[in-house]
Amino acid sequence: MTPPNETEDSPRATNSLASRGAEIADAAEQLAVLARLDLAKAPRGGVFAANVGKPLRPARLDIFQINVGKLCNMTCRHCHVDAGPDRVRENMDLETIDACLRALDATEAEAVDVTGGAPELNPNFRYLVDECVKRGKRVMDRCNLTVLLLRRNADMPRWFAERGVEVVASLPHHRRLNTDAQRGSGTFEKSIEALRRLNAAGYGRADPRRRLTLVANPVGAYLAGGQAGLEKEWKAELQKNHGVAFDRLIALNNMPISRFLDWLVSTGNLQGYMELLTNAFNPATVDGLMCRNTLSVGWDGRLYDCDFNQMLDLECRPPDGRRPHVRDFDPAVWAQRTIVTARHCFGCTAGAGSSCGGALA
Amino acid sequence: MDTYYKPEHLAKFPQIGEGSPKLAQKFFDYYAEVFKEGALSAREKSLIALAVAHSVQCPYCIDAYSQESLKQGSDVEQMTEAVHVAAAIRGGATLVHGVQMLEHVHQKVMK
Repeated sequence: MTPPNETEDSPRATNSLASRGAEIADAAEQLAVLARLDLAKAPRGGVFAANVGKPLRPARLDIFQINVGKLCNMTCRHCHVDAGPDRVRENMDLETIDACLRALDATEAEAVDVTGGAPELNPNFRYLVDECVKRGKRVMDRCNLTVLLLRRNADMPRWFAERGVEVVASLPHHRRLNTDAQRGSGTFEKSIEALRRLNAAGYGRADPRRRLTLVANPVGAYLAGGQAGLEKEWKAELQKNHGVAFDRLIALNNMPISRFLDWLVSTGNLQGYMELLTNAFNPATVDGLMCRNTLSVGWDGRLYDCDFNQMLDLECRPPDGRRPHVRDFDPAVWAQRTIVTARHCFGCTAGAGSSCGGALA
Repeated sequence: MDTYYKPEHLAKFPQIGEGSPKLAQKFFDYYAEVFKEGALSAREKSLIALAVAHSVQCPYCIDAYSQESLKQGSDVEQMTEAVHVAAAIRGGATLVHGVQMLEHVHQKVMK
């Protein structure tokens, strides 16, 4: 799907669990690893539902999130998707994209959140974005930045700008050291170059139609810091040291799943990290959780309450008992479901909370 | 082997209120206020705390502010520089007392 010569100089921090044939690549094994942990001393025994204390019910559907596949030019150490250049099979085809658009038309969602992998590598990506823009939707592209340097994407910053696409770009730190540690050697330099190109296309200049959002996440087993303080510092440092600007920063916690889970296990950090998450449970984050206002569609059209549940194969459970697929999507049935949760959900409720839109409390 | 320092004591810090809840409350309120984002950022305050933790050689504080510094967005290069500041001041504090020694020597020793 992607010519190897185009992505071979992209940064690589590791290999995908899938390519390693690792046991923990299996979603059921990841859930079992978390379930086996002894969290008896954690609040309410480390049981997520007991901490929430009520069935988690949907709010209004605001965000239609489409994960177009696991293909990526990078292999970051913490990736919750286990994405990489080897994931050429799991990518959304045109028929499923059209089914997504029909489902989108049946909702009142104001925003479409396009994610991956590197969504820009899906051959149907530009079609999908154009169709959503045509429908008057606010489109967000979850971008790894380095993908914008590929030759075929050279026009993309301007192409995004013309369509008012919000670029939501990953950059774990405003300095090289931790950025490259998490995302692979050379990432920082390429990311800064991509930010320069976005700035040149009008992004990061407080223009609401050309919004550039950076996503920061911890480079290890600790929680995300205060979003407002980080944003202030990042803006100053990136401007001073690299002459680049952005509009806002969102800080996310790392979910204990997939490659981050594998890293936690292999470094002996899992128990401590789960104690950190469970002890930091913040009830004020619950109402704003993204699983309440987001529909998450997988590359094969299956439906989930969030992108993390998607990676754990925890599908939506509508009350009609059917296995949900986007081609059969019915907003009325979707609205009656109870959200599926497990221990990984503590990642979204810890501290200031964490969602695709950043801190919650 | 038993030890004077036990890692679990850090989490039990609030128990210090047992003998005087009022003073503990005042201390913890003050503490929380000190570390709020102010004229200095939360990250800068964490780095100062990390340096002081090394200077007073408090293992609880070193654990707590290593974690907090990372959380507030510092990396190992910045944290190491903070510890060197502590080391420089501690070393400098020792060395500058040498001037007192010199004065003593100059006073007492024949030239």
